[in-house]
Amino acid sequence: MPRIAKPALVAAASAPFAWLVYSAFFGDLGTDPVETIAQVTGTSALVCLAATLAITPLRRLTGWNWLIRLRRTLGLFAFFYALLHALDFFVFDHALSVASILEDVVEHPWVLFGFTALLLLVPLAVTSTNGWVRRLGGKRWQRLHRLVYLIAPLAVAHYFLAVKRDVTWPTLFAIVFGILFAARVGFRLQARGPARRPLPSVSGEG
Amino acid sequence: MLIRRPPDLPAREITEERLFWNRRRFVGAVGQGIGALAFAAVTPGIAACTTGETLAQGDDKLTPYEDVTGYNNFYEFGTGKGDPKENAGRLRTRPWTVAVEGEIARPATYALDDLLRPFPAVERIYRHRCVEGWSMVVPWMGFPLRDLVWRLEPTSKARFVECTTLHDPAQMPGQRSGILEWPYVEALRLDEALHPLTLMVTGVYGRPLPNQNGAPLRLVVPWKYGFKGGKSIVRIRFTERQPATTWNVTAPDEYGFYANVNPEVDHPRWSQARERRVGELFRRKTLPFNGYTEVASLYAGMDLRVHY
Repeated sequence: MPRIAKPALVAAASAPFAWLVYSAFFGDLGTDPVETIAQVTGTSALVCLAATLAITPLRRLTGWNWLIRLRRTLGLFAFFYALLHALDFFVFDHALSVASILEDVVEHPWVLFGFTALLLLVPLAVTSTNGWVRRLGGKRWQRLHRLVYLIAPLAVAHYFLAVKRDVTWPTLFAIVFGILFAARVGFRLQARGPARRPLPSVSGEG
Repeated sequence: MLIRRPPDLPAREITEERLFWNRRRFVGAVGQGIGALAFAAVTPGIAACTTGETLAQGDDKLTPYEDVTGYNNFYEFGTGKGDPKENAGRLRTRPWTVAVEGEIARPATYALDDLLRPFPAVERIYRHRCVEGWSMVVPWMGFPLRDLVWRLEPTSKARFVECTTLHDPAQMPGQRSGILEWPYVEALRLDEALHPLTLMVTGVYGRPLPNQNGAPLRLVVPWKYGFKGGKSIVRIRFTERQPATTWNVTAPDEYGFYANVNPEVDHPRWSQARERRVGELFRRKTLPFNGYTEVASLYAGMDLRVHY
């Protein structure tokens, strides 16, 4: 893996957060800072999530197997931004009132979908370490992390329901995730084709 | 130009227009907020009090000019909040004509300045509540719509007043998109149009309306969600039947004809019980009729859950 790869990725993934912090103290978060924070953190979470799903297709296309070593970092950044996004909502929309938050979760699907996506990200974040991969075993770890195929649509649905009328961005993400999912399905079908010998599955493979 | 200040909101916080966004304001507000939250965390039931319920209705500070004129929903210029300010430069507000039509004594087309001449502008400081859940306090300059209505002599068949926005994609690039049907149409029941609070607006903060706020003529109905206030009006029509209004046509289960601010009637997708006042970090309680309870009598006997 090129030595620059991971630091470059961390720098790029941290940039939105750095911008938010800088703007809060020295710049301008806009007329509705709570909304600005929500949009930046939400978009960043979705981008990082999409990037984690793009790793394996990219690997197959380029032959750069070291890309897999970036996936954990990306996944954790996705969780980080999702957490900030949720905190923005819990703190500024609900003043950390559990009753108020739960009422919103129960009454409004856009909140339910986002909340569920966040909850499902937690076990993925917790088990992201090598220790957990060993503890669970490759196959079980892999199955757990397939939750991402539930998390991504939940997050996109959350976005669709939250916008007033202009669905441009949610649609864009839906298309991106659609392509990434299709790529994964495509690769699996390819691997199972009759012309190939069955290969032992490799832990950590997408 | 005479400027009277009627006593609907205290004008004690008239700030200079050039009140700039204090870059430290967010940080300061967070600091105070963290203190309040720490207290609230220790005493659970108090959480509600930190969100603004303890603020009296009278504590309505003017929203800074930069925010009033830089954070707008005016899809004719794009759907981003900053798009109207960026793109509304193309709008030519003079010469401007307003066609007055329908159930009135003498339908005609007026040059804007001729239409406005009999009505001296006054300043009215109103709360402005968007259906999206944010709100501002805005010092509009305008005159009561009812003065214009009386002058136009509606016939006995006139039951509604409809306002239509300019339709010209060359000046309004957002109209090339099909996100809404153009032109933008809004309407009021005649008694709503005759209510003293309903304002035909030509200025803000003592100056002519910037294009992004709906220059040169817009409607403001402070007890309704902001989308009821049509901007850049070119036609005022008096009708017998209830007109089809743009957001109601676009999403009838989400946006009604009446669109009265009502914390008890949620938008299908989000709650209307609380709102974020621009400049504040935590949400405050939304008031019935946006606090203008004097209009309640207009809706006596109506189920406002049905007529949302």
